[in-house]
Amino acid sequence: MKKTVKVLAMVLVVAMAAASFAGCTKGKAGSGSKDDKYLIGGIGPVTGGAASYGLAVKNAAQIAVDEINAAGGINGHQIEFKYEDDEHNAEKSVNAYNTLKDWGMQILMGTVTSDPSKAVAAEAASDKMFMLTPSASSLDVINKGDTIFQVCFTDPNQGSASAKYIGENKIASKIGIIYDSSDIYSSGIYEKFAEEAKNQSFEIVSTQTFTSDAKSEFSAQVKACVDAGAELVFLPIYYNEAALILTEAKAEGANLKFFGCDGLDGVLGVEGFDKSLAEGVMLLTPFSADSEDEKTAAFVKAYKEKYNDTPIQFAADAYDAIYIIKEAIEKSGVEPSASVEEMGAALKDAIVQLSFDGITGAGKKMTWTANGEVDKAPMAVVIKDGAYVSAE
Amino acid sequence: MKKKSKIKIKKSTLTTLITIAGIVLAYIIMTLLSGAGVLSNQMKGLLVPICAYAMLAVSLNLVVGILGELSLGHAGFLYVGAYTGTIFTVAMSDIITNDILRFVLGMIVGGVFAALFGLLIGSAVLKLQGDYLAIVTLAFGEIIRSVLGNVMYISKDASGLHFDFNDGSTLNSADIIAKGAQGITVHRMSTFLIGIILLIIIVLVVMNLTDSRAGRAIKAVRDNKIATETVGISVSKFRLLAFTVSSAIAGVAGVYYAHNYATLTGTKFDFNFSINILVMVVLGGMGSIPGSIIAAIVLTILPEKIRFLGDYRMVIYAVILIVMMIFSWNPKCIELRKTVSAKIKGIFKKGGASKKEVQ
Repeated sequence: MKKTVKVLAMVLVVAMAAASFAGCTKGKAGSGSKDDKYLIGGIGPVTGGAASYGLAVKNAAQIAVDEINAAGGINGHQIEFKYEDDEHNAEKSVNAYNTLKDWGMQILMGTVTSDPSKAVAAEAASDKMFMLTPSASSLDVINKGDTIFQVCFTDPNQGSASAKYIGENKIASKIGIIYDSSDIYSSGIYEKFAEEAKNQSFEIVSTQTFTSDAKSEFSAQVKACVDAGAELVFLPIYYNEAALILTEAKAEGANLKFFGCDGLDGVLGVEGFDKSLAEGVMLLTPFSADSEDEKTAAFVKAYKEKYNDTPIQFAADAYDAIYIIKEAIEKSGVEPSASVEEMGAALKDAIVQLSFDGITGAGKKMTWTANGEVDKAPMAVVIKDGAYVSAE
Repeated sequence: MKKKSKIKIKKSTLTTLITIAGIVLAYIIMTLLSGAGVLSNQMKGLLVPICAYAMLAVSLNLVVGILGELSLGHAGFLYVGAYTGTIFTVAMSDIITNDILRFVLGMIVGGVFAALFGLLIGSAVLKLQGDYLAIVTLAFGEIIRSVLGNVMYISKDASGLHFDFNDGSTLNSADIIAKGAQGITVHRMSTFLIGIILLIIIVLVVMNLTDSRAGRAIKAVRDNKIATETVGISVSKFRLLAFTVSSAIAGVAGVYYAHNYATLTGTKFDFNFSINILVMVVLGGMGSIPGSIIAAIVLTILPEKIRFLGDYRMVIYAVILIVMMIFSWNPKCIELRKTVSAKIKGIFKKGGASKKEVQ
């Protein structure tokens, strides 16, 4: 009896699994009503440690989609946008990608973070799906295929641009660096910064690291930089840790300058952070929420109204990404009924011809190269009286 | 009834056979569904991770269920295997051009390295009584992740492999194959078929080990150490063997898992990953191999199937997990289940009996 029960149970489980495996494949073929809509998917972390970035992208993309739909859509067709969680994990990200494919996704606006993005890019490349990542800045992402494009700067680009800026403007001659060695973004920028530094007039006197497991206390790193005689500390990290480092430097009474990349954007919005500590901090960023640019102001206003929060740079990148997709579709004239491959082929040809004027271009138009890299000027800003001011 | 008694099959052998038959059946069904084009993309993408998690759950069950020790660093062994195996397949890509051969050799390399670490830890800790294995494996997992996923830079050129434990600046950047936090770029090779074959081999190995003389001795120690020692069984060797085998399997599963994604970084093999596998073992039943496999399947599919819940997904997932645990392991629930199933059986028996009467 026991054996039969066991066998029965096994068969039942297999049958149940099979039923759930099969599911009903929703796709373009099945539902005619979706044929006149562009289906754009988004992937990013909305739970877990990186959730703030994923949520910013999700919210901003939704604003852009709503705006476009309210204005009559793209070529008269509405957009449908669906966003899936990947928990900042490559495995879950690929799962999310496959789920969106079942939904009928034709264009991917994602993924948000670099490591999952690499895994998803490989999938998108084999499906020849058009993928535009708002914020995954690693070069490995766009190298996966020719239908993959970026809105943000690549890490190498930021690293060498920072080193050049410091060197050419003679901001300091002795540099300390504090970076997150467990983070792709941070270590990617550091690598190129150190490489470019060899060609510049300044000297790196101290290189300090931390990991994502220990990022709440920085006295050792700041002290080491001070002891080595650094005049300026380069921070290729995100703003939460930067705020702690600035606070620590103040407590040490150290007279240090700080220089960061786009990850530092948002440091003024950190809760409980004394804004006066950020005085004089320089950063290379493509976006600032305080900009008086008309488009930026409208976006920031809409974001604040809807989500009661100031948008960070990730949000701006995502907002631009949706509009870039819109312009690329208009340029190519591809219809919503096109297959994923057709759309990928049409859009990858269209995007390189674009000259896009968005909110993350620092007033200049963005263009793309065929390998997926964006060409836009990083803007150096300095924090003065609690606001970002152009450094030039 | 007479037929059954003629061929004598050991109960344990029967369980092994049923388990393997179930795996093969699942494979056939999936292949048929996939061939008929009714398998969703989501499910196609989950097949390989399911196989990997099933292997991991089975191997951890060897430690937790059979050995009776708690291991909290299974992700560490997985990562060691995945890392060394991937380095092998990436470094050898121009020497061994046959993908399958390179992949299989990579798995062996990964398995051997993971087994070495298992041997190292096991030989020191398994002799102790208490929670020491849990403590040491927990630390091991974190150390491995911090070292391999942070500061390990490896490059490969004509003269061999070069290592750097700082930031890779001493290496030639064009030759670098493993880049600290940026991880290793992997060529995708894992397929469902390879996973099924591996899983069958692993189930055979684990079930055979459990039913062997060594396995019985190990279980005896788990149940009563003093009694076992009084009858003169020395088991430290067997216990070490079981732990090493478990580590080796985790390493092989790691190589298989890593080759399903384009990138291998350390961030995902954290403490939570180990706990996730432990949850599969506990939910499936400690010591039950088929249970582990089923739990691995359920717990891999479940979070994907409840995506429609949106923001509440992970909350609901946790609730479902708790309910499942209570339902399958709470003594009151087991009692309730027994009475209910007895009643149902009773109804059927009555129904059957009355039918016969009518006839």
